[in-house]
Amino acid sequence: MTTVLTEAGEFEAPDAAGSDGALWLSGREAEDATGWVAKPEGICKGDICVPLPPGREQEFVRGSRLNLAALWRHLGQPAVHSDRGHVWVLGASARERSAALGSLEAPDFTLPDASGRPHSLSDYRGKNVFLVTWASW
Amino acid sequence: MWQALHEELAQENFTVIAVAMDSREGDPLPWIEAAKPTYPTLIDREHRLAELYGVVNVPQAIWIDEAGRIVRPAEAAGAYEGFRKMNRVTREVPEDTARLTALAKTNYLNAVRDWARRGEASEHALSAEGARAHLPVLTEDMATAQAMFRLGQFLLRHGEKEEGEHWLREASRRHPESWCIWRQGAGVTELGLAALPDFWERVDALGEKRYYAPVDMKGMP
Repeated sequence: MTTVLTEAGEFEAPDAAGSDGALWLSGREAEDATGWVAKPEGICKGDICVPLPPGREQEFVRGSRLNLAALWRHLGQPAVHSDRGHVWVLGASARERSAALGSLEAPDFTLPDASGRPHSLSDYRGKNVFLVTWASW
Repeated sequence: MWQALHEELAQENFTVIAVAMDSREGDPLPWIEAAKPTYPTLIDREHRLAELYGVVNVPQAIWIDEAGRIVRPAEAAGAYEGFRKMNRVTREVPEDTARLTALAKTNYLNAVRDWARRGEASEHALSAEGARAHLPVLTEDMATAQAMFRLGQFLLRHGEKEEGEHWLREASRRHPESWCIWRQGAGVTELGLAALPDFWERVDALGEKRYYAPVDMKGMP
């Protein structure tokens, strides 16, 4: 069992092969966790398609399986994993985060309150929001 | 501190949202219970706000208008580094430093009030150009550090203490300016964290650098 943590949440991939710096997921698992899908023109997410480097297609796609670690490295996004390869984090790049901030549209998030009830920033649209961090430490 | 502000501005089109940058979910609960806040108090155990907004310390605040637009990016929220001048035995702070700390708090809270009442007409609500100029600069090392931090927290939550702590240390090495990452890896003491010798060592290593980056706002020390 491999756990993959992405922008979309936590995903269990029962038959993922995550070793030697590779993370092979079934097409379905990869799409659920990241939105990326293998197509004839390359690996695509929404309207964006990334063509695979010629001659290196096998590093990224084999049959219906996708190597998300290779894709993440190719896109310059952070991919880190536990020593045993049983937990992976596929993050967003600083470039992508900076572009989002540069639009000045406040990035949405959903976090629980003390009783576990989720709140999204977008629930408070229409109010001026003073978003302030603190900590017990 | 925020409850009074939230109540005072309850008639305005305004809300406080407080986010605890606490990875151990139980840690902020006694504080929340004691403060009895009427505004949302959320718990961010994986430091999502650090990833999305470049938060590196607490208290930092982001001002977001009715349309969901950032009008002030992450900055110290009325905090001043007066504690650095504290006598570490008696815990006394020199009077002039205490004055600066009080000034930072008062002027910042007044700025929030002004914005809550006057919206974009407030001199403290930055223009689009001004807000962009104040955005934190994010690097790929920071992005990698946040991914390592998330990995470490996941492993810790699943009982893999040794490897989890390893990733928190790696994350802090990648993103040394983040007090949020460092603090979560540093553990807690019953004396309160400011008593940790490691904390003071890190603060002293700042030298001339500020603990909270200066806030670009009239009247802020």
